[in-house]
Amino acid sequence: MDTLIPEGLFYTKDHEWARVEDGKARVGITDNAQHELGDIVYVELKPAGTTVKTGDALGTVESVKAVSEVYSPVGGVVAEVNVELDGSPELVNQDCYGKGWMVVIAFEGAGPSKTAGIMDAAAYKEYLAKEAK
Amino acid sequence: MPDESPVTGFPVILEPLLAELSRPGSNPARTPRPFDAHLAEDLGAYASPPRLPEVCEFETVRHFTRLSRLNYGIETGMYPLGSCTMKYNPKVSEVAAACVSDIHPADAPAMERVLGWLADFREALLEITGMDDACLWPAAGAHGELAGMLVIGKALEARGEKRRKVLVPDTAHGTNPASCTIAGFTTVNVPSGRSGCLEADQVARHLDADVAALMMTNPNTLGVFERDIERIAGLLHDNGSYLYMDGANLNALLGVTRPGDMGVDCMHINLHKTFGAPHGGGGPGSGPVLVKADLSRFLPVPRLARDASGRARLMDDAPLSVGRIHGGLGNVAVVLKAYAYVLSLGAQGLKDAAVRSCLNANYLRKRLEKTFGSVCPSPTLHEFVISDRAFRDKGVSAMDIAKALMDKGFHPPTVYFPLNVQGALMIEPTESEPLRELERFALAMEEIAGAAQVSPGDFGSHPMNTPVERVDEVWAARNLILTWHDMNPSSGGGYLNG
Repeated sequence: MDTLIPEGLFYTKDHEWARVEDGKARVGITDNAQHELGDIVYVELKPAGTTVKTGDALGTVESVKAVSEVYSPVGGVVAEVNVELDGSPELVNQDCYGKGWMVVIAFEGAGPSKTAGIMDAAAYKEYLAKEAK
Repeated sequence: MPDESPVTGFPVILEPLLAELSRPGSNPARTPRPFDAHLAEDLGAYASPPRLPEVCEFETVRHFTRLSRLNYGIETGMYPLGSCTMKYNPKVSEVAAACVSDIHPADAPAMERVLGWLADFREALLEITGMDDACLWPAAGAHGELAGMLVIGKALEARGEKRRKVLVPDTAHGTNPASCTIAGFTTVNVPSGRSGCLEADQVARHLDADVAALMMTNPNTLGVFERDIERIAGLLHDNGSYLYMDGANLNALLGVTRPGDMGVDCMHINLHKTFGAPHGGGGPGSGPVLVKADLSRFLPVPRLARDASGRARLMDDAPLSVGRIHGGLGNVAVVLKAYAYVLSLGAQGLKDAAVRSCLNANYLRKRLEKTFGSVCPSPTLHEFVISDRAFRDKGVSAMDIAKALMDKGFHPPTVYFPLNVQGALMIEPTESEPLRELERFALAMEEIAGAAQVSPGDFGSHPMNTPVERVDEVWAARNLILTWHDMNPSSGGGYLNG
């Protein structure tokens, strides 16, 4: 099964994605991440209003296998949190780039960019291929 | 939003709960009243007899005997749960612990003997680890970690410093970040190198004036000895930081090498892993915390020390102590079981146990790597990790392999840990297992590997020969039901309903 890596999103080495929408970034975990974690049973996220730096933990994702942190691909303030994940954590498995989004961050400055260790779809695909070896 | 779906995923258990066996009037024994009638008036809700299931003694005995036959433990068969050190707990230790079960803490002459044994054991631990001081009271490994991190926090405070960061490698034990956080630190994850070791250069890159300590598990969760430990200790000390060692894997080092000689400042020992006291459901545990001399004055109270005549005494006079961390003297009986283990093995016996734990693990590793492949190029000590990589394209996971092992009569190994190996199966046979058992286990694993190649589709149905078949773990984790009463609302007649 091929891993989904949509064009137009930014990706991190820790397998988060970010989509820039009107000066804000919508953030979630990648298809590769949800697949490796397996069935997700619980998602806990920092509340709206929290200030985060790039690389700070945005919350934790718990699967039957492990508990993992989600790191912020961008610095700013958490503007919105996906409350649907509270009762339906499986959305992250079913639709990680859509209904399984986690937070929206009102970022400072230029937002996610290649310079801050952030990759585009092609670079992330290459990174995954290298990691698998 | 509450989940309205019916309870479908709960396994059928062959033995009813005592509450379900309860019939009014079937227990002829009378519930004793609280012995002090005056006090009973003040007890409020507790003044009425507790609502216990009404079953007679014979039914109760049968209930627990039947339950014990549904269980699997180290005395049933091999229990190769990596990182947990499920070794045999010698019966002589139980005899030793029974000596103190009738002693009242106010019985001064008897307690003096107990304190003497505790002081003797403390000194044995110092000799085994090369550390300078110890507190025996923490109740488990993670409790020892917490006590140790509090000691480090207090030492920094005494230096007038407020450092907040603790470095934790990805091969450390899972409890380490939790203990740091509870002690008021924030953790920074440090990746290990290709060899499965933490590299000094990597640590150096993470050091700054805010780093309080590094918590290292040695040997680490891949079973690899951290060969850079002395250099890492030097880097930390030059930076004004402390080296904490999680001693949960100390059974691999006993009598061979000592943390105190490697530059470790603070550590804990899981007595229930290293020294053969019962573990897991057979607990409670005990996790003494040990320090070098410069951290001694921060250890928890009461302090166990000897007076001028050599008699063991408890002392509370320690103004810089982190305070009390446990009532009384911790889990005294567990400490004495560990002491009995140390005395019965002796110095050479402890070393033999360490060597044997490594020999057993390496015998299995070499054998199983032929079938499962290798995930770690480095030599390993008392435990090792293999993975489901060879079977992933067949759709057979580490969990499937673990469940299939149950049908072969073995407790599964630890799965999906450590986190830096995908699909990990972490195996620790311990020094207790004879060669014949190792052979049986290897054969079982090889048969499972063969079946995974030929008929991978069958793997979803394991285990089939256990009292409870495959449970829906995802369903259970997403639908937490914490009481029997909630789980079974239709029964309506439980004793909890009164």
